[in-house]
This record gives sequence, structure tokens and C-alpha cells, in this order.
Amino acid sequence: MQHAERLAVTEPRGGLGVALAATLRRDLMLLMRRRSEVMNPLVFFALVITLFPLGISPDAELLAIVAPGLLWVAALLATLLSLDSLFRADFEDGCLEQMLLAPQPLALMVMAKVAVHWLLTGLPLALMAPLLGITLSLPAGSYGILSLSLALGTASLSLIGAIGAALTVGLARGGVLLSLLVLPLYVPVLIFGTGAVQAALLGDALAAHLAILGALLAGALMLAPWAIAASLRISING
Amino acid sequence: MWAFINKLRSPRWFYAISARLQPYFWVAATALILVGTVWGLAFAPADYQQGNSFRIIYVHVPAAFLAQSIFVSMAVAAVVFMVWKIKIADMAAAVMAPLGAAMTFIALFSGAVWGVPTWGTWWMWDARLTSMLILLFLYFGVIALRGAFASRDSGSRAASVLAMVGVINIPIIKYSVEWWHTLHQPATFTVTGRVAMPLEMWAPLLLMVLGFYSFFIALTLMRTRNEILRRESRKRWVRDLAGGEH
Repeated sequence: MQHAERLAVTEPRGGLGVALAATLRRDLMLLMRRRSEVMNPLVFFALVITLFPLGISPDAELLAIVAPGLLWVAALLATLLSLDSLFRADFEDGCLEQMLLAPQPLALMVMAKVAVHWLLTGLPLALMAPLLGITLSLPAGSYGILSLSLALGTASLSLIGAIGAALTVGLARGGVLLSLLVLPLYVPVLIFGTGAVQAALLGDALAAHLAILGALLAGALMLAPWAIAASLRISING
Repeated sequence: MWAFINKLRSPRWFYAISARLQPYFWVAATALILVGTVWGLAFAPADYQQGNSFRIIYVHVPAAFLAQSIFVSMAVAAVVFMVWKIKIADMAAAVMAPLGAAMTFIALFSGAVWGVPTWGTWWMWDARLTSMLILLFLYFGVIALRGAFASRDSGSRAASVLAMVGVINIPIIKYSVEWWHTLHQPATFTVTGRVAMPLEMWAPLLLMVLGFYSFFIALTLMRTRNEILRRESRKRWVRDLAGGEH
């Protein structure tokens, strides 16, 4: 009897829902306090887009043709840039080890972290993209699709990228390696993301592209958490 | 069945059995590749459109086959290692990766050389070329990740996870690149346009493919044996082996 009581004290209160909410709240709060980290990918996005007209040509017609691809590639690189810090701080101060020890399944707890990453990186990038689209004279009528495709796509990018981030978090110089691991896996998302915007520009049916982006996201949601959890275990025990 | 799997766990047993298997594969590889090369280069009829340049196919196609098969076998080895903790599987996966990258490079390079007489250019953003190039980067990622860890065990497990993630993504990448290709530019030249090869053309090709696969198996056995000796160099049986041969 006494034994059972003592067990009850150490048992987690509220279970999974509470743990998920707590992780979400904590990560959101931490990132909101380090605003520069949230701003960096956005500034990077704007900067890279500024470089393209300088490097290619200020000709509006030419830029309009390449704009969907430029915006998507720049957003993809901005996401990549933000990945390295996804688990870094938690790895260094030992929070990740606590997450591993927690009774809640790591794969689900990791989802909360990835969700915060998308909320504060992918979503702002998607919302900012139309603004940069204007500067590249992206034709009107494709702004909504640009945002939507980026919002859907960056969620997959965050999930896939988190695998790479989890694999390299224990390494001192994981940055370059991270891009080598993650960029090849980003290819399908990039193809269908730009495909959706281009279909909107040409007036083609774009539901198929968005549906495939959604399918990629569904697949990533299903499989990536397990890979992320396994990778974190390797990085921490190694 | 389980006894067999348990035996597979033992590097010593694998070392002994592979010593017996290895010569057969080396002989098969040498014979098949020799016959296939001579037949393909000297006796097979020239293509009525491409002339003699089509003979690059006898290197290009087997290398491309192997490039993809090796990634799949590497991922299978990774699953075996992660699920059953069989170390031999990881050693095999470790030695397969550079060979797979080399085969991917050979396929890309021979494709580029072939592209000059047929397409008039070294490189085209053709769907197959592009997905091969991405496959090469995936190989580089696996090799680099394995080397990046200070502890070998962590490196092995990390490379295994990446190989599994990669093998799930390969078909997705392949099909999306194909779709992208039809989306962006109509196919001007496709390798698939060439249909129904006569027997004299494809028989040497078949020999070459089989020869390349035998070569892959033989080389993997040999290099896995080396890897066993390297990793187990502190074990007694390896010391006895080294002492006995000296």
C-alpha cells in the first residue's frame, strides 16, 4: 500500500496532453525571448531575394519568370539555416536528456518542438513571401498560392530537417554536414512547391500540386517523428 | 532458422564462411565481365542510329543498376543492424557506401560521356541524370555522417538511420524529379526511346550486369572481412590468426 502511494507521487500528472502543452509553451516562450533567432531566417530570406536581381538582372519580365523558384529556394535555405538551433540549446543545457528520460514518448514530444519551429520559422516565411514576391514582380493572383504552398511545404521541411538536426546535434561542426544530409531530401517538396506557384501563374489546375504537398506532409508527420527520436537517442548516448 | 541467424552474429563464423564463398564470386565476376566486355565492344553490332557510341551502355547500365541496388542493400543491412544488432550487417553497410558512391559516379560520368555524341552536351537536366546526382549526394551524406562521430558505434547507428530515411525517400525523389522534368521541359531525347534491342546487343549487357553484381558481392565480402579484422583486432581469434600466419 505504502509502496503504491510512493509510486503515485512520482507518476506524471495529467499525462501526455499536459506534457505536450508544457513543451509547446516552454519552446514558444524561449524563442519569443530570443527574438533575434526568430528574425534571422526572415532577414536572411529578404537578403537573399535582394541579391538575385543584383546577380541576374533587374528586368521585371525576367524576374517574374524565375520568381517562384527563387522565392522557394530562398525560403528553403532560410529554413535550413534555422535548423541547427532546433535542438542545440536543449542539448547543451541537458533538457534533451530530461525529455529522453520522461515517461512520455519522445517521438510525440519532439513533434511539439518541431511544431514550434514551424510556427516561428515556416509560417512567418510563408507570410513574408508575397511581400518579396512584389519586389520580384511576381504576377498578381499567385500570392495566395505562394503563401499556402510555403506554409504546407515548410511544415514538411521542418519535419525532415529535424531528422538531420537531431543526427548532427552532438557534433561540434554539424552545420555543413546538416545541409549535406537534408538538402537532397528537400527535393520533392521544392518541386511540388514551385510547381503549385507556377501552375497558378499559368492558370493550370493546382489542386494536384497542393494535394501532393499535403501528402508529403502527411507522410513526414507519420514517419519523421520516429526517425527524429531515434536520432536524438543516438546523439545523446554517443 | 534462428540458429543460422545466431551464427551470422559471429564475425568469426562469417570470416570463415566468406573465405570459402569469395573465390566463386571473384571467378564469376572476372569471367562475366571479360566475356561481356569483349562481346559487347568487339562483336555486338553497332547501333543503326548511334553507331559505336552506344557501346557505353555496357558500362553505364550495370553501374546505374548497382548504384541503386547498393543503396537498397545498404538500407537493408542498416535495418538488420538496428533491429537485431548484428554487427556484420553494419560492417557490410560501411564498406558498401563508398562502392555505391563510386558506381553512382561511374554511371553519371559514363552518361555524360555518352551524352556528347547523342545529345551534343555533357550535361542535361534530364530526370534520370538529376535523380542520379541526388543519389550521389545521399551517398556522400551517409559516408560523411558515419565519419563525423567520435565513437564508431554512434556513427554506425546514425548512418543506419540516415540510410533508412534515404531509402524511403529515393522513390519519392525519383518520381517527383520525373514529374518535374515533364513539367518544366518536354523530353527532347530519352534513353527509353530505344526499344527492343536485338539479342546480340542485350546478351552481353546481361552478362555485364551479372558480372557487376558478382563483383559487388565479391568486393563486399572481401572488404567486410578486412573490416572484421580491423574492428576485432583485439579479439583472441584474430590475434591467433595473425600469429599463425606470421
